[in-house]
Amino acid sequence: MDCVVTGGNVKVLAKAIHSLSRIGDELYVEPQDDGLALRSVNSSRSAYACFLFAPLFFSRYTIPSGHAFRCKMAIKSVQAVFRSLASLEKTVEKCHIGLDEKKNRLTFTLHCKHGLLKTHNLSFQDSESLQAVFDKDSYGNVFRSHPRLLVDTVVHFPPSLEEVTVSVSDERMWVRNHVEEEDRSKSMLTELCLASDEFDHFAVTTQNSVTFCLKELRGMLVFAESTGLPVSMYFDEPGSPLVLSVTDSVLEGNFVLATLSDDSNHRKNNSRREQTPPPPPNDDFMDDDMDSYLIAMDTSIAPGPSATRPPTPPLAVSTYSKQPAAANHRSRLIAEEQEEEEEEEAELADSAGPPNKKFCSLFFGSVLPPSSQTSTQPVTNQEVLASDSEDDEQ
Amino acid sequence: MPLSTQSQADDEPYVLVASLDNARNLSNILKSITFKDHAIFSATPNGLKVTVEDSKCMQANAFIQADIFQEFTIKEDLVGFQVNLTVLLDCLNIFGGSTVQGVSTALRMCYRGYGYPLTLFLEEGGVVTVCKINTQEPEEPVDFDFCSNNVTNKVILLSESLKEAFSELDMTSEVLQITMSPSQPYFRLSTFGNSGNAHYDYPKDSEMMELFRCTTTQTNRYKMSLLKPSTKALALSCKVSVRTDSRGFLSLQYLVRNDDGQICFVEYYCCPDEEVEEE
Repeated sequence: MDCVVTGGNVKVLAKAIHSLSRIGDELYVEPQDDGLALRSVNSSRSAYACFLFAPLFFSRYTIPSGHAFRCKMAIKSVQAVFRSLASLEKTVEKCHIGLDEKKNRLTFTLHCKHGLLKTHNLSFQDSESLQAVFDKDSYGNVFRSHPRLLVDTVVHFPPSLEEVTVSVSDERMWVRNHVEEEDRSKSMLTELCLASDEFDHFAVTTQNSVTFCLKELRGMLVFAESTGLPVSMYFDEPGSPLVLSVTDSVLEGNFVLATLSDDSNHRKNNSRREQTPPPPPNDDFMDDDMDSYLIAMDTSIAPGPSATRPPTPPLAVSTYSKQPAAANHRSRLIAEEQEEEEEEEAELADSAGPPNKKFCSLFFGSVLPPSSQTSTQPVTNQEVLASDSEDDEQ
Repeated sequence: MPLSTQSQADDEPYVLVASLDNARNLSNILKSITFKDHAIFSATPNGLKVTVEDSKCMQANAFIQADIFQEFTIKEDLVGFQVNLTVLLDCLNIFGGSTVQGVSTALRMCYRGYGYPLTLFLEEGGVVTVCKINTQEPEEPVDFDFCSNNVTNKVILLSESLKEAFSELDMTSEVLQITMSPSQPYFRLSTFGNSGNAHYDYPKDSEMMELFRCTTTQTNRYKMSLLKPSTKALALSCKVSVRTDSRGFLSLQYLVRNDDGQICFVEYYCCPDEEVEEE
């Protein structure tokens, strides 16, 4: 095997390796006829990533002939070859990857400025083939956007957050942190809403929600952001994998992430809101009077499980926490109609954790039912900053 | 100024008086050899030499010539003592080590002789601090017997290129192997770590190579733990000379420019780990 990567592609290769290191500890290398495949899988086999670099990505691409070669090695060792990413572009002119099958070594040689040559001889182990079975083109929900959109979305979640839930409707995508039932009362819940026009492509066949590991999404974004390539997201039913993909003419990266299965999602949603698992987000607020965005966070109540409209998951960048802070006085300012709903919500809250409360979106419209808009007093509640909607019904 | 009036009165008993308008010109260079607590100070009319040793296998010396100091008075041919280097550095930075332009700590270092503490007068912004650090009997520094006549190979490299290599060195390797040769690979740093080995090759005609004088092919291994502290001196320096002698002993000499652009030297000596056959 004898491959050469030159110029800016060295950094792309390095970024792919760093991105794969977020998935698993081992790097699987398989030079194929259609390109060099670099893969990684996590220990629980719930996340898999593969980068395929076409022969054209390289300035020279020669692979072992006659027999299929596959190996795996500690990903940290390969990362050490491309240690200082920032200086890679400036100092490395080309990277040569060679194979010494007799000694079981893969050699990475970096030709740098000023004649400096860095040679890394890494030992590898033979490995089985690593291939995930997935067919992203068969998935019903397909989205594509500039990586910046996703990066800006995940930045709102703490680094320690394990899982996120993505829910879609025909026009919107919600991203929220996933919290176990038992912890709902003690955690901070964060949710963001993205409109379909923020995406380059937004196609929803089935409105549903999937929950998957955030760390792996971040891993993929490490690569996507540096290359600026659009990220495509494919998913179907909860339980079937979610695929994140970046492609250009010479490379293709796929991250296949397992999602929480239907049962657990279903169960959670039911107890939370007494509704069918995929909460079809309501789009009524599209018609909201823009004045309503000044409405205080805590006063507006999600139009709960009422028959009039389907429950609306929270909108936009807003956070709410179940703090027992008393703010009962604010409830005076809302319409009677809402107070009724509040009570309804209260019952729910006691039994199953926070109902789908809304908080106010300082950015988009509120989710007050249109009829109550006229009766609210937007201006007076403006100064409320922290949402503590949960306490209203106490 | 408080410091100078004191000098008139107390001058007599001191065998050594060294003054600096900017204490950083001393503290920065001493920081680069602080890998052990104790340092041996040797002052001669030429200037100050500070030595730190590690297990008799490695030695670092910092040289600050007399003309770097604003005042350097020595009453004997050789004045030697040992102090706790960490404590000395803490004192030199007692005002917090501000890096604001124009603000510096002035230093007056005085030593009365055997048995007396090292006295430091430090002043910044009109505030004076007096520190007295106990001294000990100076140990005899190891004489590595490294003389120019025995030098087999010598290269001078611009520090910039070595800094990158040293920062990337595989720390899981117990040794750093240095190969110097009149033929390929000319100058090579190698590590042997958990995942495999790595080589950093500098060609003799590289712009980073200021001088290349190698007569024989030599490969020597040095304990990584002994050489790692030298990265501090490397970071401060602009040029480094690497020399090996016929026994395989290594001499690294770093040219350091202080805040005022004056030149000081830091030198590291290290004995080889074992004899290595050419691979």
